[in-house]
Amino acid sequence: MKVPTTVSSPDMSLLDQYERQLLRRVAREVRRDILLTTFAASSGHPGGSLSETEILVSLYSKILRHDPKRPDWADRDRFILSKGHATPGLYATLANKGYFSRSELQGFRKINSLLQGHSKIGIPGVEMSAGSLGQGLSFGVGVALACRLDKRSYRTYVLLGDGECDEGQVWEAAMSASHYKVDTLTAIIDRNRIQNDRFVSQVMEIEPLAAKWKGFGWNVVRAQGHSFLSLQRAFLRAQQIKGRPTVIIANTTKGKGVSFMEDNPDFHGKPPNAQQFLQAMEEIGYKGRKMLDEMRKFGFSEQVMNHVWDTRTV
Amino acid sequence: MKTESTRETFGNTLVELGKSNQNIVVIGADLNKSTFASLFGREFPERFFDVGAAEQNMMSIAAGLAFSGKISFVNTFAVFGTSRPHDQIRVGIAQAGANVKIVCTHAGITVGEDGISAQSIEDIALMCALPGVTVIVPADAPETAQAIKVAAREYGPFYIRLSRSSTPVIHSDGYSFQLGKGETVREGKDVTIFATGIMVATAVESANRLVFEGIECRVVNMATLKPLDEEIITRAALETGAIVTAEEHYMYGGLGSLIAQTVAKTHPVPMEVVAQDRYAESGKPELLLEKYGLSSADIEMAVQKVVRRKGA
Repeated sequence: MKVPTTVSSPDMSLLDQYERQLLRRVAREVRRDILLTTFAASSGHPGGSLSETEILVSLYSKILRHDPKRPDWADRDRFILSKGHATPGLYATLANKGYFSRSELQGFRKINSLLQGHSKIGIPGVEMSAGSLGQGLSFGVGVALACRLDKRSYRTYVLLGDGECDEGQVWEAAMSASHYKVDTLTAIIDRNRIQNDRFVSQVMEIEPLAAKWKGFGWNVVRAQGHSFLSLQRAFLRAQQIKGRPTVIIANTTKGKGVSFMEDNPDFHGKPPNAQQFLQAMEEIGYKGRKMLDEMRKFGFSEQVMNHVWDTRTV
Repeated sequence: MKTESTRETFGNTLVELGKSNQNIVVIGADLNKSTFASLFGREFPERFFDVGAAEQNMMSIAAGLAFSGKISFVNTFAVFGTSRPHDQIRVGIAQAGANVKIVCTHAGITVGEDGISAQSIEDIALMCALPGVTVIVPADAPETAQAIKVAAREYGPFYIRLSRSSTPVIHSDGYSFQLGKGETVREGKDVTIFATGIMVATAVESANRLVFEGIECRVVNMATLKPLDEEIITRAALETGAIVTAEEHYMYGGLGSLIAQTVAKTHPVPMEVVAQDRYAESGKPELLLEKYGLSSADIEMAVQKVVRRKGA
């Protein structure tokens, strides 16, 4: 098959040190944009966006066969965000890859803007309207069935939250995916151990998770969700499995990279305030002037920048 | 009057469409024999997916297929295809504008013996409440065949409501269904009866009897409930000065509510709504229609009442 030059082809080899360094840089930019967008919007979901960052960067940089200039290319690999609230991470990644201008991030969750609070069809690169948990894996089964009917070769990836696995529909979908033997379908579970109210184990225990998926007929692969090497290995393993779908249980940390958000249920759906934003930016590597430069480029007013800066001395 | 099964017509029409259009896929939830979608499955097994008794999964799979270039026909009973997976329809089909056609059989009280859990009397309200969804309730088999074809041709979400029982055939072979247009099946000057689905034939029966009472009824078949033909409603209000609606549905959120909303804003006239006012029970369809206020006698009483109010 002829692959256009603009398309990033999957790298079948494992990552060398140089590539890992590049990916870490992209992840740092995505984290920066997650903080900028949620702070600018004064709303949104930073916790699950920070936990999914490496998964998204790994997919969009190394795994997906895609072309940001042609989001409707029939042979593209599909990425479906089932945990539809984790849009800051998705939008930051899509902007980074060129699906739309990075300036759109400033409008996140604001009236008359492209980027809706929960992912929605019509935004370049977004494959499914989500926001009500539990629907993405079923959608992915439909996409994978269409792929088979059309005798195409694309793959379908669905990212679910671990709290999302409370939804009964996830298991309806799991059962149907193995029934239809859709081996082009890969589910990834962002196993950050926290859902909206509290820790998953406190709200509704989902373990033994791997045994559940195995019981539903899936191939189960475990990965360290913040390690590009581990993720790459898992994705390549999934591509080799025939006759059944694969789920990658990716162990992650909610709020990864920002000390006070890590493992903290409070930041599931709460944006940082000015002081928290400043500290968070510092922790991911944007200190002092560098942070102000990023705020200016993002389109913050001098007034807001001063307000953030002033929290340093408080 | 000759009767024909609208659900059997649905199955046969699917097969006909499937032959000419490779993109048509059918998804069901373990009721494909009853809906006659199994006819499509027999002909095109590779494009037919029975996902089991899992309606939520069915709706989202249908959306996934639709956004991969397919025309998804989803089928089950009206209770299972509207209220149970309403969230999946709302977010994944209506808000997304998916090319999914939800065709439900066994709607309304005429499901009969299975009782109130199976009698869908809320589905029109549920589906009309979703922006961007076209809602059609065909009156008979010929109209069903055409509505299914229109749904396959037009892009976007559709809900088509069919019955369990065979339905009197009121249309001839030459009939041409117009999406979004009411159809005047009988002319009259004193009052207009707007009816939908199986109640169209009942309304005609009532109108024929009311002639002997000296009342000339216009009867309009409102097969498309959304988008609503406001023009034909306003014209009826102006020209006949009184309106009766008849539907096999709950009295709130269905045809009566839709027409009242239009009449109130364009040309208010006396109105009566013939519909169910409570949950029913198990029983034979004909007896249930009579007990719960959906018979031709109920329409006749409503007409006489509204004509009296008009004269007052």
